[in-house]
Amino acid sequence: MMVRVLLMVLAVVWTAPLTAQDGPLRIEITEGVIEPLPVAVPNLVPETAGSAEMGQQLARVIAADLAGTGLFREVPSSSFISQVSDFNSPVLYADWKAINVQALVTGAVNVQGNQVTVKFRLYDVFSGAEMGDGLQFAGTTDAWRRIAHKVADAVYSRITGETGYFDSRVVYVSETGPKDNRRKRLAIMDYDGANVQYLTGSESIVLAPRFSANGDRVLYTSYETGFPRIYVLDVGSVQRRVLESQQGTMSFAPRFAPNGQTVVYSLSQGANTDIYAMDIASGGTKRLTSAPSIETAPSFSPDGSQIVFESDRSGSQQLYVMPAGGGEARRISFGEGRYGTPVWSPRGDLIAFTKQSQGRFHIGVMRLDGSEERLLSASFLDEGPTWSPNGRVIMFARETQGAAGRSTLYSVDITGRNLRPVRTPEGGSDPSWGPLQR
Amino acid sequence: MKMKSTILMLCAALSVAACTNPNRFGADDTANGGVSDPLAGSIVPGSASDPASPAYFQQTVGDRVLFLVDQSTLSPEGRATLDGQAVWLLQNADYTAVIEGHADEQGTREYNLALGARRADAARAYLVSQGVQAGRLQVVSYGKERPIEVCSEEACYAKNRRAVTVLAGGLTS
Repeated sequence: MMVRVLLMVLAVVWTAPLTAQDGPLRIEITEGVIEPLPVAVPNLVPETAGSAEMGQQLARVIAADLAGTGLFREVPSSSFISQVSDFNSPVLYADWKAINVQALVTGAVNVQGNQVTVKFRLYDVFSGAEMGDGLQFAGTTDAWRRIAHKVADAVYSRITGETGYFDSRVVYVSETGPKDNRRKRLAIMDYDGANVQYLTGSESIVLAPRFSANGDRVLYTSYETGFPRIYVLDVGSVQRRVLESQQGTMSFAPRFAPNGQTVVYSLSQGANTDIYAMDIASGGTKRLTSAPSIETAPSFSPDGSQIVFESDRSGSQQLYVMPAGGGEARRISFGEGRYGTPVWSPRGDLIAFTKQSQGRFHIGVMRLDGSEERLLSASFLDEGPTWSPNGRVIMFARETQGAAGRSTLYSVDITGRNLRPVRTPEGGSDPSWGPLQR
Repeated sequence: MKMKSTILMLCAALSVAACTNPNRFGADDTANGGVSDPLAGSIVPGSASDPASPAYFQQTVGDRVLFLVDQSTLSPEGRATLDGQAVWLLQNADYTAVIEGHADEQGTREYNLALGARRADAARAYLVSQGVQAGRLQVVSYGKERPIEVCSEEACYAKNRRAVTVLAGGLTS
């Protein structure tokens, strides 16, 4: 059902730049970009008669990816002085400089049957030089958006020095209906909301899908037995099976360990909720916390050695870190309010969380010792952060107030800039951002 | 059998008024099991006027108890309602029940699931303490997934923070 997309990345050097670059084009993300860098992405040059439309579509997606970061501003084609009609002709830098384009992306596209080949080059207009080598991507035409994302990832990476995140997918809960009759089903989409596919029906409540580190499987909670239970779903085959079904208990809030072999989750027995770990292959479980309080929402550190989780053992929801095998936990959140849904960043240096304070909800990040707390959003109800594969962007869900309340996915840069909705066909909640695809 | 329990659940979902009158059964009144005389003569079997009916349980006994913000402690009114439920369940021994714990929308999803479990278990433990066989009672938490009131104000939140005793498996026909 899910189309297995094969993309070949061919690093082809046509003409390596011979000149050393003077003050190369560079965006330092950590400084928080105030003025976006002007970029032009002319339609890709068609190499066959049937490639023109594809060339336009590819250019639109590449430009949208770059502008969507908030780090770039697209210069519209209506202001172009020169047109790129031959991929191999020299770039007329003066024409691009005149309209203040700083980064120029050119490309060529060749569609043959259901195969598409895309070449691109990146130019630093003010240095008058190409940045890096030309690259070629080949794939099937139905995967054309992925090719555009790969080009944009390469451009982003060359200019920022960071790994990109455009060729990635997000699994989330798609929502329809009013608050008192909400229907939920699992869905998977490209990071930008395109190519939505539904993974389950909406007969029973489904909650909080979580990708494995390599994106091959998804853990989630479903009420299909009448009680919340943890399931694991294979993304390729869409086959699923229940992982935890101990009679008289409820299980939820699952998350994979980085190795993909262990799952941590919450189990409620009677009034008490604690955190457990399960070895997926053997089904063997280990209890990691044993307090009478609520312990839930566990998330592994990227090296798999520690777990951050939330607990109300102090009297209110706060964040704690413990060894992956259980044991003594140290509290890391000390600000005013309640903290929940902690998620360890892929770089390992930050924890994203949901904060409730004075009747408002925030998405925020803090260091592992709780210092340098930074709130990235504020609304009636923001919840459930997930990290982009490069740790630069956070996606979360925002529910609006009142009887007509609706849940929408948003993304925000970890600097707090560039808050924007992610367009999905229906409402969305509980996003989980998968890895950069290969 | 399966159809019947489905219908019962549906009734429970539609019956939201019972909680507005939590004092109907004082602790003293429960001694007579709440089977009152004024309705005698007009009893329609299976309807809310039939004291052995699930509809009576929902509407007259009261199928739910309410909780304060982030709390799972039973209020005096809640205990009185559960006293009535216990008496009814002891008199109608063919029924089992699932106690559903719920939270209002002011909270994160996972925490509210755990909080709903606390609330459902508080009701379950109280019913067991009043003599209801533990094996007849199951608990489930819906967290904030199944609100019955949709406004984002305390008036609605107060009704959504609830533990609802949903009858199932009536063995009598």
